[in-house]
Amino acid sequence: MRWFQRPQLPCAVVFDSLADKLQGALGDLRKKGKLDEEAISRAMREIRLALLEADVNFTVVRDFVARVREQALGEDVLKSLTPGQQVVKVVHDELTALMGEGESGLAFGKFTVILLAGLQGSGKTTTSAKLALALRKQGRKPGLVAADLQRPAAIDQLEQLGKQIQVPVYRTETKDAVEATRSGIERARADGLDTVIVDTAGRLQIDEELMAELARVRDEAKPHNILLVLDAMTGQEAVNVAQAFNERIAFDGVILTKLDGDARGGAALSVKAITGKPIKFASTGEKVDALEVFHPDRMASRILGMGDVLTLIERAEAAVEADDQAEMEKRLAAGQFTFDDFLKAYKMLRRMGPLQGILKLIPGMKDQLGDVDVDENQLGRVEAIVLSMTPQERRSPIVIDGKRRIRIANGSGATVEQVNQLLEARKQMEKMMKQMGRGKMPALPNQQAPEPLSAGRKSGVKRKKKKAGRR
Amino acid sequence: MARSWGQLLGDSDAPAESEVEQRGFFGRLRESLGKSRRALTEQLAVAAFDPGDDASWERLEEALIYADVGVRATAELIRRLEARQDLNELGAALAEEIAALFGEPATLDLAHEPAVLLVVGVNGTGKTTTIGKLADKLREHGRTVTLGAADTFRAAAEEQLEIWAQRAGARFVGGERGGDPAAVAYDAVGSDTDVVIVDTAGRLHTQTNLMDELAKVRRVIAARIDGAPHEVLLVVDATTGQNGLQQARLFSEVVGVTGVALTKLDGSAKGGIAVAIAYELGLPVKLVGVGEGLDDLRPFDAGDFARALVAE
Repeated sequence: MRWFQRPQLPCAVVFDSLADKLQGALGDLRKKGKLDEEAISRAMREIRLALLEADVNFTVVRDFVARVREQALGEDVLKSLTPGQQVVKVVHDELTALMGEGESGLAFGKFTVILLAGLQGSGKTTTSAKLALALRKQGRKPGLVAADLQRPAAIDQLEQLGKQIQVPVYRTETKDAVEATRSGIERARADGLDTVIVDTAGRLQIDEELMAELARVRDEAKPHNILLVLDAMTGQEAVNVAQAFNERIAFDGVILTKLDGDARGGAALSVKAITGKPIKFASTGEKVDALEVFHPDRMASRILGMGDVLTLIERAEAAVEADDQAEMEKRLAAGQFTFDDFLKAYKMLRRMGPLQGILKLIPGMKDQLGDVDVDENQLGRVEAIVLSMTPQERRSPIVIDGKRRIRIANGSGATVEQVNQLLEARKQMEKMMKQMGRGKMPALPNQQAPEPLSAGRKSGVKRKKKKAGRR
Repeated sequence: MARSWGQLLGDSDAPAESEVEQRGFFGRLRESLGKSRRALTEQLAVAAFDPGDDASWERLEEALIYADVGVRATAELIRRLEARQDLNELGAALAEEIAALFGEPATLDLAHEPAVLLVVGVNGTGKTTTIGKLADKLREHGRTVTLGAADTFRAAAEEQLEIWAQRAGARFVGGERGGDPAAVAYDAVGSDTDVVIVDTAGRLHTQTNLMDELAKVRRVIAARIDGAPHEVLLVVDATTGQNGLQQARLFSEVVGVTGVALTKLDGSAKGGIAVAIAYELGLPVKLVGVGEGLDDLRPFDAGDFARALVAE
């Protein structure tokens, strides 16, 4: 079957809510009360495109969709009032199950060797350090063996990271990676460590010479764990990479890196489907402690472009200092919401990443927002206005009279009207906070809420124009 | 005839490149494609393409998706091909359409004293390596070069660039780890060489703080030299999937990207994401990286790239 049906070509592409699309494709199914081949096919095409957009390899997509198709024809879907959502659930569950198979932990022996391999730039060196730190925190005594003799200054990088996380790094003055591995492991053992992580040079899977070298390094290291380090942004190529590395060094599992970006990460599914090897860890940030166990359910949501509440909560937690959080809660409970609080909340939001991305993490929000584009500059203006207030004005906004409004407007490059809108917005928010303090859940501020903070049309959020020519 | 360095750099009197040098790029691309087990070729060359046959179109669509061209650009290419009357030479027609998406051949704007190049991208795409190779080429073409190490974040990034500076005979301006990258950039652009290339730390385009920092680097450069940076190169790894579009979009918003350097084309990845970036954002590819050696950086040639993508 063709991937794109000609009449629907370009529209297939905008897909903000897979559930909506599927609902559209399957909605009338129920009325008919019987299977409609065409509707099912339409739904399957949406799933296919969703997975392709997420960089799942197309051969994997084909097999996967065939599997889902079987299940989508099941009773539950047909009986459901919302077959679209039901199908999404089937897809989501199937993705989760597939990616969740296999051992997620590491294998340990008396003296454990972990070998990391992968393409250039996938993040091996950084990941080595992150893994070492995680192991040290678990009470193990890890060491790092520098076996990347290719990239200029790679060993310096590992040494600096080692110092940072207080883990010894073993370097050997040699041009031979096997020798560096042997010597490093030997010394680590002699030093009484119980775990070593061997950081190898990045290599292309088609580079015969370097792949042979990697196999020799593996034979020398006799690792308990061989881990493929894979960039979450990898495209269709992920399959070739995984296959080739698996053939040469039969890795035990995968560490998926750069998951803190906005890549949908379909490569994770490709690699699992092609090699059967589990994804064990996810690397989620620049800092050396940003290594997590892999959550297949979250990954499934991510690949499908669905909300990810857990990630949202974690990011919010990371963005707010614990003290701040307690303080903020206390003030909110008291029904106070000054411009200082306003600024704090705003800064916290900024620390969580681009607003558009945050909003998309909220399930249902994406549908509510539709084609809305968040204008980050507008948020910047809000900050500028608040910063143009005196400390006293921020604490007790009541003192801001007409004259002060003009001054603030001039100071922040905003219009007086914009300043007025912001003042009004704060008032509304304070009201809302008071309600919350009394235990009432306020209505979400939508259209009727004042301008700068609302999800209204002219303010911080603007409607994206439909691109011309889209069918 | 592949595009030469002289053409890319706007040197009309540059010596003609030897055929060996020219073939280097195309040859390598072909070679790497030959190694790929499921090269586009196999998908296309099977029998003659029959425009009336859905299976033929399906193979073509899959081939493009497989090259990471992405759903939208693939749909566009298919649409253009379908609009053509004559599809006997499918490979050639496809190469033409892909090349057309890339538009006019790009040049590197070096007509300034100094010409400032800012190099940006996500982590691990090969920024530093690309800069090292570019510096060497510029020296070969008679330019004096300064490399500014404004990657003050990654451990040993500065050392890596300094090693490249030595190899390429370029001047080197560094800072200290954890220092202000904008300060390093400021110092570097004050250098009196023909060209200043500023290396920056890899950062994911979703990291607001780091993107703000990058915007500051740009502002500081612009404040010191009017009209600078004259080129902002986004380095994109050819193995990157559809996220490459998002990278190009957000980096463009923050620092005004003027062109793409597509790296790691020596693997079996086809770098089709560059087609998507050109189609959706209109950003030209200026350079391609085809290996780790000093000579493995080439001016981008849309025709060659397209032919390699659909190599026969």
